[in-house]
Amino acid sequence: MAIENPQPERVNYLNKEYGIGSWLLTTDHKRIALLYLISITFFFFIGGFFALLIRLELLTPAGDLVQADTYNKLFTMHGQVMVFFFLIPSIPAVLGNFLVPLMVGAKDLAFPRINLLSWYLYVIGGILMLHCMATGGVDTGWTFYTPFSTAFSNTKVIEAGLAIFVAGFSSILTGLNFIVTIHRMRAPGMTWSRLPLFIWAHYATSIIQILGTPVIAITLVLVVAERSLHLGIFDPKLGGDPLLFQHLFWFYSHPAVYIMILPSMGVVTEIIACFSRKRIFGYSFVALSSIAIAVFGFLVWAHHMFVAGISVYAALVFSLLSYAVAVPSAVKVFNWTATLYKGSIHYDAPMLYAFGFLGLFTIGGLTGLFLAALGVNMHVHDTYFVIAHFHYIMVGGAVMGYLGGMHFWWPKISGRLYPEGWARLAALIVFIGFNLTFFPQFILGYVGMPRRYYQYPAEFQVLNVLSTAGATILGVGYLLPMIYFLWSMRYGKPAPDNPWNAAGLEWKTASPPPTFNFDQEPVVTWEAYNYEELDAPHREEVPVAG
Amino acid sequence: MAGSVDALYIFLLIVSGLMTLLILAAVVFFAARFRHRRGVPAEQIEGSTPLELIWSVIPLVVFMVIFLWGAIVYFKGRTPPRDATEVYVVAKQWMWKLEHAEGQREINELHVPVGRDVKLIMTSQDVIHSFFVPAFRMKQDVLPGRYTVTWFRATKPGTYHLFCTQYCGTQHSGMIGNVIVMEPAQYEAWMSGGSTGPLSATGEKIFSELGCVTCHRSDAQGRGPNLQGVFGKPVELADGRTVTADENYLRECILDPGAKRVKGFRPIMPTFQGLVSEEQVNALVAYVKSLSPSGKSGTASSPAVAVPVKAPGRAVSKGSQVQ
Amino acid sequence: MHSQAAAVHPEVHNPALLHHFAEPQQQRDAASLGMWIFLATEVMFFGGLFCAYLIYRIKYFGDFAAASQTLNAALGAANTVVLICSSLTVVLAVWAAQHARRTMLLVSLVLTIILGFAFLGIKADEYKEKFELHHVPGASFQFQKSIPGHPDQMANPQHAQIYFALYFIMTGLHALHMIVGIGIFTWLLYSAWRGRFTPEYNTPMEIGGLYWHFVDIIWIYLFPLLYLIDLHK
Repeated sequence: MAIENPQPERVNYLNKEYGIGSWLLTTDHKRIALLYLISITFFFFIGGFFALLIRLELLTPAGDLVQADTYNKLFTMHGQVMVFFFLIPSIPAVLGNFLVPLMVGAKDLAFPRINLLSWYLYVIGGILMLHCMATGGVDTGWTFYTPFSTAFSNTKVIEAGLAIFVAGFSSILTGLNFIVTIHRMRAPGMTWSRLPLFIWAHYATSIIQILGTPVIAITLVLVVAERSLHLGIFDPKLGGDPLLFQHLFWFYSHPAVYIMILPSMGVVTEIIACFSRKRIFGYSFVALSSIAIAVFGFLVWAHHMFVAGISVYAALVFSLLSYAVAVPSAVKVFNWTATLYKGSIHYDAPMLYAFGFLGLFTIGGLTGLFLAALGVNMHVHDTYFVIAHFHYIMVGGAVMGYLGGMHFWWPKISGRLYPEGWARLAALIVFIGFNLTFFPQFILGYVGMPRRYYQYPAEFQVLNVLSTAGATILGVGYLLPMIYFLWSMRYGKPAPDNPWNAAGLEWKTASPPPTFNFDQEPVVTWEAYNYEELDAPHREEVPVAG
Repeated sequence: MAGSVDALYIFLLIVSGLMTLLILAAVVFFAARFRHRRGVPAEQIEGSTPLELIWSVIPLVVFMVIFLWGAIVYFKGRTPPRDATEVYVVAKQWMWKLEHAEGQREINELHVPVGRDVKLIMTSQDVIHSFFVPAFRMKQDVLPGRYTVTWFRATKPGTYHLFCTQYCGTQHSGMIGNVIVMEPAQYEAWMSGGSTGPLSATGEKIFSELGCVTCHRSDAQGRGPNLQGVFGKPVELADGRTVTADENYLRECILDPGAKRVKGFRPIMPTFQGLVSEEQVNALVAYVKSLSPSGKSGTASSPAVAVPVKAPGRAVSKGSQVQ
Repeated sequence: MHSQAAAVHPEVHNPALLHHFAEPQQQRDAASLGMWIFLATEVMFFGGLFCAYLIYRIKYFGDFAAASQTLNAALGAANTVVLICSSLTVVLAVWAAQHARRTMLLVSLVLTIILGFAFLGIKADEYKEKFELHHVPGASFQFQKSIPGHPDQMANPQHAQIYFALYFIMTGLHALHMIVGIGIFTWLLYSAWRGRFTPEYNTPMEIGGLYWHFVDIIWIYLFPLLYLIDLHK
């Protein structure tokens, strides 16, 4: 039964206009964020479905669930869908789109129509991808190394390449929009040092998006050209160099992992500050770490190629730089932990996700040290150790951050409160399921199970079974928020403007916000994370717009 | 080798374990100790620059230690010892073809004696593969169009998994085999059981059949460079560069003679691309190597003259593709 | 939408001011910064190609020199002149828009478009020539030429084919950007003819101009690196 509102509903961005046209032709960043939310959730479940099939196949040592070619398509498409159609957009396109204008005090992003265009590009890319999957799929691995992808695979490499090419422009336009918005659209008084660290994180992410994505775009052009015209740019039989492909590919794809994690770090910063009721420890250092990660992230790509045939000296340089890029990430973990010290800590669901992030990102990041160590890399490269490492960061890090952020800002986005009890349960299930799925994979990798294998020696079975068991639990954990978020849209308690009493301009307007965000342009006269003021009931509240 | 990898791994486990426990303990402790209580506000702490420096510098120092240790292990792993026994590997979808310098051919299996350094000179016929023996803690991608090299010294007799670990198509997970490490006596016995003669002898035959010998004479009168003693030595090219005549250089000369033509010789050598198989190229390379005192001939030989060979760690990387 | 914006900003404002900007200068600055960032992405996009080209040039020095010498440097030079002139007409057009000189604006825009087509026409001629020489990568590719400076050594046709693959992709992508540029300038011409640009508001002209100059600069890099670099060997 729907809960009745005591007052007539205010006009907000959701109820201002109805009809499919008002959604598909919207230029409101908040509506576009919801359009993205629907599309990326759709692709998340497609990628997740492929993961389920993979884990089911790996229950037994023999290849008995699907055929070899099918399995190769499954892990390829799991990777492509999850990376390009879920992780890369996720936080920036949903939470970033929704919150960046609100957090800087603007009415919208700098280029609202380009924002809508970026969603359509994503959708077109997505449709191409779906068509590719439905008409045979692609089996090159998400990394589509040459010459296999250009001269040997019999699958729809060109179509998949085009799909990712188009989706890449969605990413570029999002990044472009954020940078211009952050530079030019801040409200009066919103100086750089007063920006929420969520904004700094998205700024750093956007730099990577605009500088890195074009390189994968041109790489895809070359691969498509080579495959369709039988050129020899990457094919040794025609004088080409397969290692050139790998350099070009990883030049983007390494920074891409920072596109996937930096926004999540921004979310976690906001959550930890709010639920510890204090300013983040070391604001400048956290802000600068984001930028440092973005910059250094461009210098380490060949750490994916230590045994690929590069020279020993190149390997030394890239290993050294990889340790350099680890430092700012470590600094952030320490700053988050230090923020808890002498805080006033609440255990609401967003904070539980943040705690989960802290633990899982720490483990994932530390295992990165293993991989950057040349001597160990020789052994664990291309094994399940790598798979475990990046899933700890991508899923244990990025997805936990995404879910935490969705819970934290859900009242603002939907105007409803989600059921707290179920949310805490879901967080716990996700945490347990995740560790059970992926921790055994570190061991599997060290004892030698290679990646992309659908059959394996019998002695690897126990660990694989544990991993699959974990995956089913993880799946349940992911389904729960889907269900209760939808439930809350109709039956959830109406949310006040600021249910968490959180700092940030987005909380100074209604939940959900009006179409133009603020009734009056905010003028900022306070520092970020002003929790002392927010928690001091006897102090006069700082005059606020609206 | 495997031992040193494991040692570094254990060190990393300890460091990571400590770090994880530390963070975990701090988070759990702070979360409990500073749980919100009525009337107890949070204390606003801006930060601490000394603390930031400490926890940036100390991890960096630890990282540098790990880096150096890893670099040393890696360097060793990528520098085959000079007198290693050589085995040529040709990978193809979806099997491993191996040929010992002494001539034995194997498919998906590699017999080696315990305690001997074994160097693998590898190439692929089609796509990129990767030669991975978990027990030896080593792997190396195998590329089409060039040689890559790895080495190991087995310390315990037994049978160990061999996996292809670079995705290569349909039967990638079927491209597996065994490395069989034998006691020296057993190995000798296995070796004597049928072979076509040393690889270099096969190469010599091909060298003659394909007419190489007509230009590459061992006197100074040939239209092509004299190949005696050329392996491992620096070579001056017509375009002014100097390269080391390693396995990749020899291979390139056979398949693309114009690319690195030797100074003082006319560009008349025809290409043999498409006319020789990878195995035949391996045999030819083995033969040319056997013409050098430092090269391997597949027969028991101990050169009296130690020729200064390639610089350490550059066994097969000079004069080849993008690094 | 406008009335709502006017309610928020009761002062008289330029009808071209979009609702989410506080004032025209902010809108101008945002558009300009946006275009510069977009051009940065284009630099990275072409950069990958330049990288591949330079790496192969080092690797297959002689073969690439031989291939480069078969390009028609005269046509390339003509195209360079055409593009530089078109950048001049673009500068004049932007200036004219800023100073309300309607005739000059329209003439400059028309000239720019004509020069753009001239570039494409000369390029088409060049491509035709390459096609006739069988230098287009593919089944009918042929390349018989000696390496410059080494008349007795023939260039490796496989390596030459890589050169031409990169040549066509680089110049082809550039030509594609030219076509887009002509499209943009056609739209600018139409807007200018409708009187849309004033000294207060001519942002589309400014950022359209930036784009055209960028496409010109890419050519300024392509021309020497592809055509001139091995002219005298």
